[in-house]
Amino acid sequence: MATSSVSAEFMKGIWKDNPVLRLLLGLCPVLAVTTSVENGLGMGAAATFVLLCSNIVVSLLRKIIPPRMRIPCFIVVIAAFVTIVDLVLQGFFFELSKSLGVFVPLIVVNCIILGRAEAFASKNGIFMSMIDALGMGIGFTFALVAVGTVREILGNGTWLGFPVPPFTAHPWIIMILPPGAFITLGLLIAGMNAITQRQEELRKSREREARLAKGGAA
Amino acid sequence: MGVAEILMLVLGAILVNNVIFQQFLGICPYLGVSKKLDTALGMGFAVTFVMTLAVAVTWPIYHLVLVPLDLGYLRTLAFILVIASLVQLVEIVLRKVAKGLFDALGIYLPLITTNCAILGVALLAIQNEYNYPVALLFAFGSAIGFILAIVIFAGIRERMELMEVPKAMEGVPIALVIAGIVAMAFQGFAGLGG
Repeated sequence: MATSSVSAEFMKGIWKDNPVLRLLLGLCPVLAVTTSVENGLGMGAAATFVLLCSNIVVSLLRKIIPPRMRIPCFIVVIAAFVTIVDLVLQGFFFELSKSLGVFVPLIVVNCIILGRAEAFASKNGIFMSMIDALGMGIGFTFALVAVGTVREILGNGTWLGFPVPPFTAHPWIIMILPPGAFITLGLLIAGMNAITQRQEELRKSREREARLAKGGAA
Repeated sequence: MGVAEILMLVLGAILVNNVIFQQFLGICPYLGVSKKLDTALGMGFAVTFVMTLAVAVTWPIYHLVLVPLDLGYLRTLAFILVIASLVQLVEIVLRKVAKGLFDALGIYLPLITTNCAILGVALLAIQNEYNYPVALLFAFGSAIGFILAIVIFAGIRERMELMEVPKAMEGVPIALVIAGIVAMAFQGFAGLGG
C-alpha cells in the first residue's frame, strides 16, 4: 500500500474532511465542554479512544456482522467502549469526568463515531481503519481545542490554566457562557469556509491561466 | 411536592435549563430541521413524544432491573438499545393505529434515535435522582423547551432566507451565530426560581 494514500487518509480527517468544522458532525460536545482547553483535550482524547477501538473491532467483524443488523451491532460495540472510558475517567480523572458530565456517556450517540464505523471501518481493513480513526479523532480534538482556546482566552484570560496577559484584566464572561460557544463555533466554521473558498478560487484561476498559456502556445 | 414546586421544575426545564441553549443537547436536529416552521414543529412534537416515553421506560429499567442486579454501569448500553428499539416500536404502532399522527411524525422518528437530547435527558433524570413522576415532568418540560427553541429559531431562519449573507457565513455558521444571540436572550432567565 502506498504511503501517500496512508497519509492522505490520515490528513483528510484533520483538515479537508474535519468532522466538526467541515462535516458539521458531533457539534453537541464541541459546544458543551469547550469552556476550557483542558476539557476540550479530555473530551477529544476520550472520543479518539472510542473511535479507534470501535473502528478496529468493526473492521475485524465486518465480514461476520449481517448487513441488516449492522447498526445495532455497531451501537453495542461503541457503547461497550464508551462504558470503559466512562469508568476509567470516573476512577482516575474524577475532576475531568465531573466537568465533562453527561457528555462522556453521550459519546455513544456522537454521529462521528457511528458515521466512521458505517462509512469506513465496515468496508476497509484494520490498518486503514485505524489510520482513519486516528485522523478523525485528532481532527475532532483539533476543533475542540480551537473552540476551547478562543473561549478560555477571551472568557477567562487563561490558556490551559496559564494567564494570557492582555486578557486577564477584563475577561468576557459571555464567552464562557453558552452564547459564547455558539458564536465562537459559528465564526470558526465561517473562517474555515472562507479559507476553502479562497483555495478553490485560486485553483480555478490557476487552471484558467494554464489553459490560456496552452492556447497561446498553439 | 406542592404545585409551586412542580411549576418551578417544569418552568426550569423549559426556560432556565433549556436543552438547546443551556445543555447543548440535540444540536444536530436543531440545526438540521429548523429551516421551515412546520417541519420544526413536527420534529418538536416527535421529540416530545419520544422523550417522555423514553424516560417513562428507562427510569423503571434502571431502578427496577439494573440497580437490584448491581449493573448500574451498564445504563449507557441498556438505555441506547432501549431507546433505539422504542423508536422502532413507536413507528410500527403509529403506522397501524394512528395513521394521521404517523404521517405527521413518521419521517422524524428514525432521526430521533441518534438525537443526543433523548439519551441525555434519560441519563440526567437518573443522575439528578428524580423520583418517577418528577422524572416524567422533567422529560416533558425539557421537550417543551426543545419545541420552544426550535420554533423560535425556525421563525428567524425563514426570514434569514431573504437576507444577503457573506458567502463564507451562509448556512450553518450564520445559524450558529443567531443561536448564540438567542441563547444570550435565554441567559436572562438564569436565576429564575433558582
